[in-house]
Amino acid sequence: MPETSRRGLLFGTAAVSAGALLTACTSNEPKTKEPAANNEPAAPDDKPGKKVTIGFAGPQADHGWLNAINENAKSRAGKYSEVTLEITEGSNDTAAQIGQVQTLINKKVDVLVILPADGKALTQVGLQAMKAGIPVINLDRVFASPQAYRCWIGGDNYGMGLNAGNFIGERLKDKKNAKVVELAGLDNLELTKQRSQGFADALKNYPNIKRVARQAADFTVESGQAKMAQLLQAQKQFDALWNHDDDQGVGALRAIQQAGRDDFLMVGGAGAKAAMDAIKADNSVLKATVLYPPTMAASAIDLARALGQGKGVGGMSELEIPASITLYSAVVTKDNVDEYLPTGFS
Amino acid sequence: MTQPVSPAQRHQQDTPAATPAKTPARQPARLGLRPDVRNLSLLGVLAVLVAVGGFTRPDQFLDSGNLQLVLTQASVIGVVTVGMTFVITSGGIDLSVGAIVALASVWATTLATQEYGFAGILFTAVVVGLACGLVNGLLIAYGGMVPFIATLAMLASARGLALQITDGKTQIVTVESVLDLGIPDAYVLGIPPLVLVFAVVTVVGWLLLNRTTFGRRTVAVGGNAEAARLAGIDVRRQRLYLYLLSGLCCGIAAFLLVVLSGSGQNTNGNLYELDAIAAAIIGGTLLSGGRGTIVGSVLGVLVFTTITNIFALNNLQSDVQQIAKGAIIVAAVLVQRRTARDGAT
Repeated sequence: MPETSRRGLLFGTAAVSAGALLTACTSNEPKTKEPAANNEPAAPDDKPGKKVTIGFAGPQADHGWLNAINENAKSRAGKYSEVTLEITEGSNDTAAQIGQVQTLINKKVDVLVILPADGKALTQVGLQAMKAGIPVINLDRVFASPQAYRCWIGGDNYGMGLNAGNFIGERLKDKKNAKVVELAGLDNLELTKQRSQGFADALKNYPNIKRVARQAADFTVESGQAKMAQLLQAQKQFDALWNHDDDQGVGALRAIQQAGRDDFLMVGGAGAKAAMDAIKADNSVLKATVLYPPTMAASAIDLARALGQGKGVGGMSELEIPASITLYSAVVTKDNVDEYLPTGFS
Repeated sequence: MTQPVSPAQRHQQDTPAATPAKTPARQPARLGLRPDVRNLSLLGVLAVLVAVGGFTRPDQFLDSGNLQLVLTQASVIGVVTVGMTFVITSGGIDLSVGAIVALASVWATTLATQEYGFAGILFTAVVVGLACGLVNGLLIAYGGMVPFIATLAMLASARGLALQITDGKTQIVTVESVLDLGIPDAYVLGIPPLVLVFAVVTVVGWLLLNRTTFGRRTVAVGGNAEAARLAGIDVRRQRLYLYLLSGLCCGIAAFLLVVLSGSGQNTNGNLYELDAIAAAIIGGTLLSGGRGTIVGSVLGVLVFTTITNIFALNNLQSDVQQIAKGAIIVAAVLVQRRTARDGAT
């Protein structure tokens, strides 16, 4: 192709202009920018104290909840003038994350907050930090050894299932032979098993309710749509649905809409903003969601700051912070959604 | 794309019959309507699956709603597989299809793109797909890179870019005209629009592979690239077109996925490359190139989708599903081998 053909020229021009048009289309800035999900008041003890440098290492923020974790940590740290946050590039690779934590240790930060991509695999580096005299706040995914952290704070997967099951149980307790369907998350994660176990245990309190089907999606919208479509085809009639995760819930709701079904009650999980908006609007089957709050990252920053300044937690009588904090998986319904909406993530 | 044969081409046009003959040590490509024995055996597998589904869950499996469901679920990966079949037939591989679907779907659903409505979303999805295909094609055809490496690089970059655009967030589509395409009101004579697109892509793909010079060149390049070059085929340009075609299919699939899920997410299209390659191979397309069948690929996709459907209807859990899926793939290929050998002698 030595000669420049007219067709080539035309095609080239078209390609360039299409490219120019497209690059303008990557923007995701909403018309009205909302503040990050962290509007609740700072801890009671928010007088500036001793300077603290907090190192933060988390996994790659490749979905909404993890992204909210980062945002919560950053915005909380920004509220304290004496806190400096050293945040690493998130990584899902165990080796890479170990390297990042070691870098933070070498930088001699005062306190480390670590959300491991894999809790067990990062235990050693947690131990290493503790031995180097840097206390570790272990966020959510727990290390294999309690020696690897000074304090663990995280969500309650079993509690999520329990609360979802009890909420559905109360709604259906007067209904004979009620049928419940479960759309689980990624089945090869332990947390999915814990959520399902909690859900099953809660339903045992209500002998009139039977779980008739369970399918596992993989936390993506696409899988949520696909699995929910199959569940709806398999179960022509049921009374309630618990979906483990609001991200895949976007797809599940789409499948429900496509199937034209509205004869049941749906409860979500995690607490995405889209889900809370739907609960508030009350125009779909989604009536509630059980939280797995990303605000735990903000709390972890508070704990790290308290640790760095040698203080306890405001509102508790102990002189130091606790060793372990399990967060409550609150059920968000139309009645209380306004309180929780600022914590919803997208 | 459907008219790649340029009259201005300096190379002497090969006569249609000459090309397959120039691919030594291979069966000539099937050009007629005569059904391939491999396709027949795959149809048999599908029939067995339908029987199993109908037997285990007669009430849910054998109704029109379920047929719509299976075909709809098949349409996104089906369109990708048609493009993949061309690439594999030419002796190449495209590992980036899933990532391109992800990138095209998130690019098409940013708030900025959604401002332009239906046309903006469709245009963006298709053009992003084409652009990725163009980069793949240029790297492979003119940059001399091995397809495996070039498309692996595209896989990484496109996923990265998709993550950068979304920032890990789920982008919800609010354009009504796009959303409406996915609900029953939009069905044409009971056929979902997504399935119609899938059908059109299949027919066009079949015609392109079996009834045009473009298709014969694809087979020739896959059979023996050097022989094809000596026969006067511009092998590099042909390769460029093929990756463009695969990119185009990914763009279309991304649009279908946006319609289906009402959103764009950087995790979209997860492992599509494996699903598409598996479907094409099960269908009877040679991984080493030189022979491809669109009908087989589509049957392969339908087999996979039907298996998933039957498992879900029977409420089998994902561990059982995965084990059985692997076993069924092996069984299908073994049956197919046997039938093909018996049929050939």
